Amino acid sequence: MHSDVGVVSTQKRSNSKKSKVKRYIPLFLMMAPGIIYLFINNYLPMFGIVIAFKRMDFRKGILGSEWIGLENFKYLFTTPDAFIITRNTVLYNVVFIVLGLIVQIAFAIFLNEIRPKRISRLYQNLIILPSLVSMVIVAYLVYAFLSVSTGFLNKSLFPVLGIEARNWYSESKYWPFILTLVNVWKSAGFGCIIYLATIVGINPEYYEAARLDGASKWQQIRHITLPMLRPVIITLTILNIGKIFYSDFGLFYQVPMDSGQLYDVTNTIDTYVYRALIKLGDIGMSSAASCYQSIVGFILVLVSNFIVRKLDKESALF
Amino acid sequence: MRSREDLGINIIGHVVMGLFSLMCVIPFVLLIIASFSDELTIVKNGYSFFPQKLSLDAYLVLYLKGAEIGRAYLISIFVTVVGTVVSLLMTSMLAYPLSRRDLPLRNFFNFYVVFTLLFNGGMVPTYIIYTRYLHIKNTLWALIVPSLLLSGFAVMIMRTYFSTNIPPSLIESAKIDGASELRTFFVIVMPMSLPVLATIGVLGALSYWNDWFNGLIYLTDSKLFSLQNVLNRIMMDIQFLSSTNMGNVSGLTITKLPTETTRMAMAAIGVIPIFCAYPFFQKYFVKGITLGAVKG
Repeated sequence: MHSDVGVVSTQKRSNSKKSKVKRYIPLFLMMAPGIIYLFINNYLPMFGIVIAFKRMDFRKGILGSEWIGLENFKYLFTTPDAFIITRNTVLYNVVFIVLGLIVQIAFAIFLNEIRPKRISRLYQNLIILPSLVSMVIVAYLVYAFLSVSTGFLNKSLFPVLGIEARNWYSESKYWPFILTLVNVWKSAGFGCIIYLATIVGINPEYYEAARLDGASKWQQIRHITLPMLRPVIITLTILNIGKIFYSDFGLFYQVPMDSGQLYDVTNTIDTYVYRALIKLGDIGMSSAASCYQSIVGFILVLVSNFIVRKLDKESALF
Repeated sequence: MRSREDLGINIIGHVVMGLFSLMCVIPFVLLIIASFSDELTIVKNGYSFFPQKLSLDAYLVLYLKGAEIGRAYLISIFVTVVGTVVSLLMTSMLAYPLSRRDLPLRNFFNFYVVFTLLFNGGMVPTYIIYTRYLHIKNTLWALIVPSLLLSGFAVMIMRTYFSTNIPPSLIESAKIDGASELRTFFVIVMPMSLPVLATIGVLGALSYWNDWFNGLIYLTDSKLFSLQNVLNRIMMDIQFLSSTNMGNVSGLTITKLPTETTRMAMAAIGVIPIFCAYPFFQKYFVKGITLGAVKG
């Protein structure tokens, strides 16, 4: 049997190069649908970025439209929107990254410590519920609390506490907090899973040794758990920083219910592009903003991956 | 001393996690109670955990309007099933050859996949290509094809699974026994890869069931709306509920259509299937997050 294998593979190896390629045709055919899909869904739009440098005329097509250089970008950056959407996108991301990190690590540590284990698992299953539903559903849940005329806060809770009803969907000052709360609420459950998995994987001997030396629980967390989590924390944070130019469209569009009075604090690059493209049909503005996001986003991803690669090769994308 | 400290962190943990768990459950409870409330009670007193009057009117409306809601529901189910199956096939058929060390041009194709994760053409070119060149607008394809069908991450996760769990000697011996590549893939590789298929499948199915974005930008014909799109339209546009002849429900004793409670009932029927299925797919969902988090 074993010698048979040797004979066959020697024969294969001695075959000509042409038949080697032929042998792999079935594999290439298997790959074809995926390769073609990525070409259409990902690569064509990459080339489509040239739209931002053109005056798009659909009768002439993308290639036939007239080049106008940076004109679209000039328009975009003379509006105050360019600054607002960049500020909102980046600031929200920074807050989400920092807060998410603290909450998720704290939750992972708690879930690991809580006894009985059965209750800990129950908590884990409950806090993951928000990540299973769509942002549309989340918008409904938020609406049930914040609706001006029928919401739980205005109608049930505030009267009892003697607080005046608020016009939630038209007062922008509340929304940075609401959106941050919703983000933490929706992402804490699945976010802490990765940290929990790392903590569970820590060698228990470390903790035993620490206990023998009389280390308290807090000392163990500070000097064993957190240092062991460090590589994961660094990797995830840097990768998140790489995505700082992208926002969760659903969070910023669905949850504030596209309320115009809130745009100042809810407009991000993604919602801006959507509104300019679909609602206003302004190809010039939207493609300029979309291109701006792609290019800066690409640079950030490359830089963050470069850093991750230096620190921990396994975690890098490439 | 030590046990008191253990107790301390245990108690704080219970308080923090208990409160947060409540925060995660309570909104859904409010949603479901609201859907069983009486419309006039809600208009008068707002959403409440203890409504003065309960009612099944909202579900009655959904039942009487069965054709409309039913279609949206069927579209959601169809899109989820077809999308997930096609996506799993395409993903695994791309990932398997990439896991083969002997594949010619392997590095090129790997880069071809990874690059889609680094650089993104953005929404405008994607939209123009799908609508102007592929004419996907107002077709059922719009809910299945754009962005959801294949992700580079899924390909990378599967590729890693194949290359670490399928011994090359096994593939070699199948070849010697005369099995074709396709046969080897479907008869040997796929059955050995059920855990990773389940993981990617669960994440895919969830993202199809929850997707509203494709419908939002590619569909204007409400006949093709998935459940999420209907929910989205009702939320953004209160008129929608009464305009798509959902308004004139005959045989209902109340004069006004219960819009507030009907909305909540529709959201409830969108959530309940996921929560019911969760215990069954939980294991794979958690696995998927652990795999995807670092690579995500």
